[in-house]
Amino acid sequence: MAGIELEGIRKSFGPTAVLKGVSLAIADGEFLSLVGPSGCGKSTLLRIIAGLEVQDAGRIRIGSRAVEGIAASARNLAMVFQSYALYPHLTVAENIAVPLRMRRLSGLQRLPLVGGLLPGSRRERAAIDAAVRSAAEILDIGHLLQRKPAQLSGGQRQRVAVGRALVREPEAFLLDEPLSNLDAKLRVHMRSEIAGLHRRLATTFVYVTHDQAEAMTMSDRIAVMLDGELLQVATPHEVYHRPADRRVAEFIGSPKINLLPAAIGGDGAVTLLGLPTGRVALEGQGQAALAGLRPEALHETRGRGLAGRVVHLENLGSEIFLHVAVEGLEAPLVVRREPEPDGSHAAPRLADGPVTLDFDARRLVLFDRQGRALPLRAAPRQDARPRAEAAHG
Amino acid sequence: MAEASLAARSGARAEAPRALAAALRRRQALAAWSLTGPALLLMALLLIGPVAAVALLSLTDYQLGARSLAFVGLDNYADLAGDRVFWTSLTNTLLYVALVVPGAVGLGLGVALLIEAGGSLKSLYRAVFFVPVMATLIAMAISWEFMLQPSFGLVNLCLRALGLPGHNWLQEPDLALPVLAVIGIWQLFGFNMVLFLAGLVSIPRQLYEAAAMDGARSAWSRFRLVTLPMLGPVLLFVLVISAIRSFQVFDTVQVLTKGGPAKATEVLLYSMYAEGFEFFRSGYASAITVVFLVFVLILTLVKARILERRVHYG
Amino acid sequence: MSAGRPLSRRGAVLRHLALAPIALFALAPFLWMLLTSIKPPEEIFLDTIRLWPQHFYGLENYAAAFTKAPLGRFLLNGAVVTASIFLLQAAVALPAAYALAKLRFRGRETVFALVLLCLLIPPQAVAVPLFLLFFQLGILNSYAALIVPFTISVFGIFLMRQFFRTVPDDLVDAARIDGISEFGIVWRVMLPTALPALTAFGIFSVVAHWNDYFWPLIAVNAEHLYTPPLGVVAFRNEEAGTSYGPLMAAAAIIILPLVLLFLFAQRRFIEGITFTGMK
Repeated sequence: MAGIELEGIRKSFGPTAVLKGVSLAIADGEFLSLVGPSGCGKSTLLRIIAGLEVQDAGRIRIGSRAVEGIAASARNLAMVFQSYALYPHLTVAENIAVPLRMRRLSGLQRLPLVGGLLPGSRRERAAIDAAVRSAAEILDIGHLLQRKPAQLSGGQRQRVAVGRALVREPEAFLLDEPLSNLDAKLRVHMRSEIAGLHRRLATTFVYVTHDQAEAMTMSDRIAVMLDGELLQVATPHEVYHRPADRRVAEFIGSPKINLLPAAIGGDGAVTLLGLPTGRVALEGQGQAALAGLRPEALHETRGRGLAGRVVHLENLGSEIFLHVAVEGLEAPLVVRREPEPDGSHAAPRLADGPVTLDFDARRLVLFDRQGRALPLRAAPRQDARPRAEAAHG
Repeated sequence: MAEASLAARSGARAEAPRALAAALRRRQALAAWSLTGPALLLMALLLIGPVAAVALLSLTDYQLGARSLAFVGLDNYADLAGDRVFWTSLTNTLLYVALVVPGAVGLGLGVALLIEAGGSLKSLYRAVFFVPVMATLIAMAISWEFMLQPSFGLVNLCLRALGLPGHNWLQEPDLALPVLAVIGIWQLFGFNMVLFLAGLVSIPRQLYEAAAMDGARSAWSRFRLVTLPMLGPVLLFVLVISAIRSFQVFDTVQVLTKGGPAKATEVLLYSMYAEGFEFFRSGYASAITVVFLVFVLILTLVKARILERRVHYG
Repeated sequence: MSAGRPLSRRGAVLRHLALAPIALFALAPFLWMLLTSIKPPEEIFLDTIRLWPQHFYGLENYAAAFTKAPLGRFLLNGAVVTASIFLLQAAVALPAAYALAKLRFRGRETVFALVLLCLLIPPQAVAVPLFLLFFQLGILNSYAALIVPFTISVFGIFLMRQFFRTVPDDLVDAARIDGISEFGIVWRVMLPTALPALTAFGIFSVVAHWNDYFWPLIAVNAEHLYTPPLGVVAFRNEEAGTSYGPLMAAAAIIILPLVLLFLFAQRRFIEGITFTGMK
């Protein structure tokens, strides 16, 4: 078990810079997700940690050991691949045993027939068998040990791949989109299994995914990557509620965050389409800015607010998203709403119904023109918004 | 990790990670070269080197066993140009190709279409037509020789039974080359059939249904509208590889006619064999080899172009 | 011709009427060879057609084939030579194909271009210099002379490279993390997944070299090194005109191994041999 430290990692493939100086410290025992759209460099970063690629610059430490020049197999990391990468000609048991056989048995001892007769080999083989069986036990694939990968379902293959990682008792697990080949239902199930496995092993997990839901549900911390750079490394809660960058806000959360033009007065007071928000920006006074409001930060009101028309309604059963066109905004705002048990939420709104929206100012986030988040605090005098709380930084 | 200690370390060993990473990369390159090394060595020794040697030898008067050799420039090629046997040999080779290619391609296409047309005995026919492709040609040439034997061979017996005159097939100058071409067709058409079958299978069924909806009622009109155009690239490809294969005719000539009668079946590879390995005139044989190589290279490049185009179709 | 539509009964009959004579043409030399191989001499030299022998003489002919010439030796030579060629080709081609398909290294494109270049060279083109080289080395008339020229199969490298490229990179990376060396990956990971392609290549290689006549004719002239094609021609040169029965028996024995193999693994066989054409 060990933490992983990355310092100024750079990597280019030909003329394209894939990683532009990534520094990241992953704590021992932490579950960290590297999340970002495809092509952002997250898989390359993982492969550099694994030793499958060599960085152009920067250094890596695993535990307290610098690993430059150390081959992938000697870094004592385990990796679970997107395609599982099971050896098709070996049984499940043999697949899981490969890393142990490579490490514990000499070339001679690995030979069929002859190998079994060499001194010490029988004891090692028994130990390997036991390790394989206990890993299979943990993953509940004990009954599949004699099968070949082709005879397994996607979920079972996935478990075997995890099993192969498990037996080597690695310093850290590297997982590269391990769930993306599974169907939606199984994916949700495996999410909790992997999180459970992490709790049980208490080993460092580095998990690469493009699926923000996976990152949000399993991680201690999320590292959001875009175009070869880390935008924010923080807890899921922070990344969602206090995105450090407009691109982070846009990437995390589904449906996407609503972005509206905002203005910061000379005194820092933030107004949204002319409406006062009761928030004060600590930087960027007198500038135009962008305000971010998640769908759940908006709600309908009978009082004053943003006037608009419902142009579309998405009913997901457990929640409803209204798409509301507001004068002066290019894209409709997406508003989350609880469904009414009697279905009364639907009738008027589909018929182009007029609606007025209000927002929860505590959930407002503000970005400057470069997309950087601006710190906010509550306005000193609370007129329209009695429930406003202390600002967050 | 304290900032200060990090900074101190990176100052002390700024170049170290780079050097270590380079070492890892070198190790990978070493693995790559040791994996390809044996193949590269053998390619140089057994293919590229010899081809270069053929080109050089063709400019010398070397004979096997001779103490020395002299550079004679293009004399060997000049000799070839003035050598009636060489021209006969080249003409015969081209004639042989001209006979075998249409025969083997036409017959191959015909049986492929007939096999695909109906249900029963598909795999039996396919197997039967394929057997000549893999059976040892030398052994089969001897069987053909026996069937073509003038006095008690099967072919003449059949002709006589029908009241037709027999022939001394392999000894009559007008007949020998066409007879060898028939054996060539016999051996090659099954190979072409398999390529055509693969091409036919890949034609989408819906195209035929669309053609039928569009009013292509007869089998012929559907063949013209769908099969032939869809098979076009395969057809071209099969034509070229049939030409390459028939250009390399040697076994049947060497065993059945030795280039005779009266040089009627003298072909390029046989001339090369005779010059190089019976008379041991290595320089001259190399010149013939170069001519042979040029023809095969041109055909092979045409084949590569066709393949490329087929890839571009998707 | 009319894919998708079942033939009418008349069409089906016409189809067989067209295919049957061609099938007869394809099989005639085989049938006549087998029939002759079980006939006594007096029935072979008849001037009328007699398909089936009145006196079965097969045992005598086949026994004669083995006693008049060392046919067993020829078959053994053929087996030794073709097996050695294939094993060496695989040993040389698989690592190279793996490196070309899965490793990034400077010069890879050049190596592959060389492979493509060598693909253009017909085997007959290198016969003269190889003959001279082997003569100088004094290894003409040996198994080595029969085997060495074919130890490199650029076609095999090309074919296996194409196949290896379809193997997911993840599998190779997993093997590296599991601690398998690059050489180990070739034999422990790539080879098992490539068995179907290697089998097809093996069939192609074995058929080509069992049947090869050109190079053995040049490379050896000692009878104890004759491969089956050389052997059957030598047999004919000594016995033709007198003992056709044993000669046809010998020819039949020489084609038998491949024909049997073909009947057992038809699909792979056709696949393997047409590889030459398709790629």
